[in-house]
Amino acid sequence: MSLLTVVLFLPLIGFIVALLVPRSSPQTSRVWALAISLVTFVVSLALPLGFDYSAAGEQFKIDTIWIASPEIHYYLAADGVGLWLLVLATFLTPICVLISWTSIQHRVKEFFAFLLLLEFGLVGVFVAQDLFLFYVFWEISLVPMYFLVGIWGHERRIYAAVKFFLFTMAGSVLMLAGIIYLYNRAGTFSYPAILAMLSSGRLTLSPNEQLLLFLSFFIAFAIKVPLFPLHTWLPDAHVEAPSAGSVMLASLMLKMGTYGILHFCLPLFPGASRQCAPWIAVLAIIGIIYGALVSLVQPNMKKLVAYSSVSHLGFVVLGIFSFTQVGLDGAVYQMLNHGISTGALFALVGLMYERRHSLAIADYGGVANVAPWLSTAFLITTLASIGLPLLNNFVGEFLVLQGAAIANYTWAVFAAIGVILSACYMLWLYQRVFYGEASEQVGSHLPDMNLREWAAVVPLIVMMVWMGVYSQSFLPPVTKATARVLDQAQVNVPFRVALPSRAEVAGAR
Amino acid sequence: MQLWLIPIFPLAGFVVNGLFGKRFSKALVNVFAIGSVLLSFAWVLKTIFGLGDLTTAYTEHYFTWIQSGAFTVNWDFSVDRLTAIMLLVVTGIGSLIHIYSIGYMAHERGPRHGGYYRFFAYLNLFMFFMLVLVLAANYLVLFVGWEGVGLCSYLLIGFYFTKKFATDAGNKAFIVNRIGDFGFSLAMFYIVKTFSTLDFGSVFSRAAGIPESTLTLIGLLLMVGAAGKSAQIPLYVWLPDAMAGPTPVSALIHAATMVTAGVYMTARSWSIYTHAPAAMEVIAVIGVATAFFAATIGMAQNDIKKVFAYSTVSQLGYMFLGVGVGAFSSGIYHLVTHAFFKALLFLGSGAVIHALSGEQDMRNMGGLRTKIPWTFWTMFCAWIAISGVPFTSGFYSKDSILLAAYHHAPWMYWLGTVTAGITAFYVSRAMFMTFFGRYRGHEHHIHESPPVMMIPLTILALLSLAGGYLFQVPVYLSGVFPPVEEIENFNLMAISVAFGLAGIAIAYWMYVAQPALSESFVRSVKGLYTLVYNKYFVDEIYDAAVIKPVVGGSREVLWKGVDVSVIDGLANGVASRSRDLGGVLRLFQSGNIRSYAAWVVLGSVALIVALGMAGGGR
Repeated sequence: MSLLTVVLFLPLIGFIVALLVPRSSPQTSRVWALAISLVTFVVSLALPLGFDYSAAGEQFKIDTIWIASPEIHYYLAADGVGLWLLVLATFLTPICVLISWTSIQHRVKEFFAFLLLLEFGLVGVFVAQDLFLFYVFWEISLVPMYFLVGIWGHERRIYAAVKFFLFTMAGSVLMLAGIIYLYNRAGTFSYPAILAMLSSGRLTLSPNEQLLLFLSFFIAFAIKVPLFPLHTWLPDAHVEAPSAGSVMLASLMLKMGTYGILHFCLPLFPGASRQCAPWIAVLAIIGIIYGALVSLVQPNMKKLVAYSSVSHLGFVVLGIFSFTQVGLDGAVYQMLNHGISTGALFALVGLMYERRHSLAIADYGGVANVAPWLSTAFLITTLASIGLPLLNNFVGEFLVLQGAAIANYTWAVFAAIGVILSACYMLWLYQRVFYGEASEQVGSHLPDMNLREWAAVVPLIVMMVWMGVYSQSFLPPVTKATARVLDQAQVNVPFRVALPSRAEVAGAR
Repeated sequence: MQLWLIPIFPLAGFVVNGLFGKRFSKALVNVFAIGSVLLSFAWVLKTIFGLGDLTTAYTEHYFTWIQSGAFTVNWDFSVDRLTAIMLLVVTGIGSLIHIYSIGYMAHERGPRHGGYYRFFAYLNLFMFFMLVLVLAANYLVLFVGWEGVGLCSYLLIGFYFTKKFATDAGNKAFIVNRIGDFGFSLAMFYIVKTFSTLDFGSVFSRAAGIPESTLTLIGLLLMVGAAGKSAQIPLYVWLPDAMAGPTPVSALIHAATMVTAGVYMTARSWSIYTHAPAAMEVIAVIGVATAFFAATIGMAQNDIKKVFAYSTVSQLGYMFLGVGVGAFSSGIYHLVTHAFFKALLFLGSGAVIHALSGEQDMRNMGGLRTKIPWTFWTMFCAWIAISGVPFTSGFYSKDSILLAAYHHAPWMYWLGTVTAGITAFYVSRAMFMTFFGRYRGHEHHIHESPPVMMIPLTILALLSLAGGYLFQVPVYLSGVFPPVEEIENFNLMAISVAFGLAGIAIAYWMYVAQPALSESFVRSVKGLYTLVYNKYFVDEIYDAAVIKPVVGGSREVLWKGVDVSVIDGLANGVASRSRDLGGVLRLFQSGNIRSYAAWVVLGSVALIVALGMAGGGR
């Protein structure tokens, strides 16, 4: 049996078994969710270990017919990008189980079941190579998230859940139309087959077709990212979601959008991508600055982090549309980084909410006096999030901005303002929450982290340092995959922007 | 030579004390904190003697940090003579200040979880980053140290984190530095765009073949970074506030080492600057203007540490003047001597503050010369050194900068010389207010500091006196930088010395001989005095012109306007409009979760069926 199939179906088995656990023993649900998600994670580690780092294409391929007519394949494979996003999903799920251990007391069984179903959908999204299969996973992941927000959320959860659902549904419908159109033209849902047809010229799309198809995919992805001005569902969904929901949403679901853009939009519609790139880059830069500025003035911790995600994801989109090797690598690295550091921020905010039952910054202050280790963990995460060197985000941000600078220096100038602003909103947040004298409520309600919480937070911090200090553990397969994307995207139109080689520089003297 | 050991020792000290220091006794914290820095110092000495005359850079490659396509950044360290000097200053002065801190922080318990180990952990972390900064063999690794020292500065300024002014100052330092780093980053992007690499070796060797406009842009952007880190106009505002940190921090980070990183970086990039004269001119002008401007503010401050803080800004201006006029080695020379006498001034004022149990306002001091004579005499050495009294360390370095400035543009010499007079005045004023006259405070138990503090002071005092003569930095660096014309001009030297002595004399006259005079003088120029006393209201201007509009605009226009009213308004409008139009659609928005799920399933099934039919028809 294919390794990808195993990794994909372990969470589904987990989901089904979780549904069978009797409602009367919530502890069994917790333990089961933790066990199966840990097993999934350990098994998924076989993917990077078994990955052939010298090869460029998709690996661990499995391709069998799922539905005979229309011909829909069960076609899974992972390239260097999908590989790491998949591992990110399997890595974060047990952490989400841990941070939900005591904070979820109501309908525990369903909660962990949905969490595992969500993992199933996410893993599928990042490895599905059949467009229809991809769409199925895309929708599968939507449903459990909708319930996580709608059932276990805070006061305005229904509003947030419906808003989340409608925004993403609107995009999904467009994408589905695009997929069906492509199917009618190509006669297959198989993504590699369509690419091959495009490159061999057996399938040609007129510029208008290409543009409309590009937009149908891109808008779906852009809502998910979210790209300014399609972002307003995000803060509401984050604020209302339970911590684990916020973590999964920020760390993984947003990446579905950027992954989709990178994996589908650029290779399938290179001409339209190039045509729209300046506009999209400008929207990304607006998102970077806008998200940071709005983040600055949020009175609610989760909303602040949510808007900061708009800013961070703007970097990812900018990197992709720089069409440079450096920019694409940075964008992918930044997807992973954001998954780790923003995931950690939401997890830590969740720990504080569990103690103080408030997300308002004004209700905190002086936490460093009473919970020094929690404060230290939050500080390291803050520093990672604002791109301090030797922590993960720096590498990604640097590469993205470098790529943008090569493509269009003005983009880099404006985007780099976001780096200044990130320090402003995060350090101000940190000061107001952790520094100062501890009030009575803070003093009596905020014990430091316990062992279970340590177990959830420490792996994240280890990853921040590892990815910041030694990016070579992660970047090589990414570089291979993005170079291939750039090559595929060049099929119809040459637009790759490259660094002048050293020889050229020397020759120009 | 295992260069990596140099920064790794303090890093190990940080990790050990940071993780376990809470359970350690103070003595054990000291062992790791001071031991690691001393080991690092010893390894620096071994390296420098082991590497011989160091006329060419010695580089070590460790591993690849970032690789993306053809673009590679490596973890490389490199030592040449410039690095050697920086290493000695950082580890040498760093060791002394670590030792001093044992005494200064002895009473530190800190809020609940103990500040003592935390202080030394941060200090060690700072040493690590500072050493990475000076050892770096490419701009990105330098940037690691650059941002890292900024982080430690932030942590140590806000060390007393229950006090809002301290954490405010920490944030200010970090954010203003970020603005500088914005320029530094953009410079790096342009370097990569131009050279395809960030390695010092390849960038500098190819700089000559690059158009001047490109190099000017890069040079100016690098200077933005340097202005942030080294507190130059217009980004100097963070440094005076940074005095909220414990005094050893002010001495180590905000006087001797970190703030000189900008000078080091620009001097390191000399190959770029020598081909970009316009950028050098800007550096020189910013340097001399900052030197003068900050010195004038220093004249009117009453907090002893604030005086020395503005003094540091001003002295850094001298260093940039040296770099800007092409006298790179003079700039580094002043960096070294300044490290001696300014660290001493800060540590000495720390000893005074320690003696007075925390008093920092000079108006509550006076007459301490007889009460803490040893402190006085060590600070006396720094005093005459910064005033440029002949044959002290400050005299040599300042003189070589001013002469080079005269050679470049006489007005810079004259402004620098006037500044030298002002410098002598404000330091003398501080010394007279602190040590002369009668005691104006309330503390009765005034005591000399323990030997663990006085020994570092004494060593620094000797270095302040003789360091300029002992360490002939320009001679040592003569092969590193492009040669400058040797200028010997006795008259110019005599003039600047005279200005310095005049500054001391005027201060003596106003604050010792005729104490009433200073008050009547202040009254006679009340408007000007208010302006200077309030630091020209620059903080207030920044607050009104930048911070308030950004925060207010973000809240009212972007968040409540664009986000909530416009975008959400539009989205909700579409939703409610469609609700009005189609009663059927209302079914979808029932708010009932089960019905949503049902719709999704139903929709998917319908879709698959439809597709099946479409496929079957083909």
